Amino acid sequence: MASQNGATETPTEYIVHHLTHLKVGQGFWTVHVDTLLMSSLLAAAVAAFLYVGVRGGSAAGAPSGLRNFVEMIYEFIDGQVSDIYHGNRALLVALALSLFTWIVAMNSMDLLPIDMPGSIAALFGAEYFRVLPTADLNGTVAMAVVVLCLIIIYAIRAKGVGGYLHEWIAAPFGNNPLLWIPNLALNIVELLAKPVSLSMRLFGNMYAGELLFMLIALLGMAFAVSIGGISLFIGQIIAGTAWAIFHILIVLLQAYIFMILPIVYISMAEEHH
Amino acid sequence: MTINATFIGQIIVFLILLWFIGKFVTPALAEELNARNRKIADGLAAADKGQKDLADATSRADAIIREARERARQIEDQAARRSNEAIEAAKQAAQGEGARIVAAARDEAATETNRARDQLRKEFGSMVVVGASRLLEREVDAKTHAQLLDKLADEIARG
Repeated sequence: MASQNGATETPTEYIVHHLTHLKVGQGFWTVHVDTLLMSSLLAAAVAAFLYVGVRGGSAAGAPSGLRNFVEMIYEFIDGQVSDIYHGNRALLVALALSLFTWIVAMNSMDLLPIDMPGSIAALFGAEYFRVLPTADLNGTVAMAVVVLCLIIIYAIRAKGVGGYLHEWIAAPFGNNPLLWIPNLALNIVELLAKPVSLSMRLFGNMYAGELLFMLIALLGMAFAVSIGGISLFIGQIIAGTAWAIFHILIVLLQAYIFMILPIVYISMAEEHH
Repeated sequence: MTINATFIGQIIVFLILLWFIGKFVTPALAEELNARNRKIADGLAAADKGQKDLADATSRADAIIREARERARQIEDQAARRSNEAIEAAKQAAQGEGARIVAAARDEAATETNRARDQLRKEFGSMVVVGASRLLEREVDAKTHAQLLDKLADEIARG
């Protein structure tokens, strides 16, 4: 859409347009339809991919094709989780596999040509469409909140409600009434720092990546209107390619970080102070 | 860039995905990979056992072959000894028989010689008598001179 009238749009308008969500509702009850739609579709795609991978192929003999690939991912994640967490890790492997595959799928949307999703959405009458759910704070915070709940559940399961609440005031400085307030303050910071850092890290990386793609795209648009000539166009191609290749690393790395840190946090939550 | 109801929707989507993967994907994968690991371990154990069995069988076969060779050698020795003994015994028997035959022949020859000699003497004696009677031109009375003639015949026979 932006590409169609890019010549008449200022760079600021272009970027603001690309950073605006397709919204429904008012105030808190606003829903980012694009984020929800893309993440749901990608979740369904990931689920279908894994399901077909598990059911397909020859179960008895050597795995082949898609099944092999799914097993490779599973074994990698299972190995990582078993290194960190010692105990029944069935749920944690499912959590890590969900986080990793889903985040990789969502992050990969950043590698689509920047104007393509918006143009396709425009065909259906949508004025705005942000294709990258992980560049929406709602998407990353939602995952981080689920992780936070699991941290608390695992901690209570390991220590009991009393033991867990006791740690809130008695750790890390010691069980002295004078230290209850500092302990509590530190524990609140410690607990909240986990989901905040998780969600902000992923959001920041993907948002910045998306923004850089927009800036690179502006190079090509400047070529259309300026006398800078072909060099700007070549610049867009070189910079866009380089950033896209580098971005593959970020896509996987951020997914890996978001997968592994919750496992670390949960295994830490089970430790007694 | 604000937190709004999208957040709630995202939580629901994530929980559904988590439920689906936890129910349909990871248990199946875990079960199958465990089964495969077990199968591989079983296969390796069976291979080890087969190798050990083969080594055992080889050593047992070696032992049996060694024993058989030993027994064959013993039997060969025994047969050689027996045949030597038999040859020796036959040789001795033949020598004994030969000696006996020679001795018997010698005895017979001696008897025959004596008999011939006795006959010759007797003939010689009667010839002497005949000769003497001719010489005396008279009949020698066998009865009267029997004693003398016998004595003479004895002397001839002895002589």
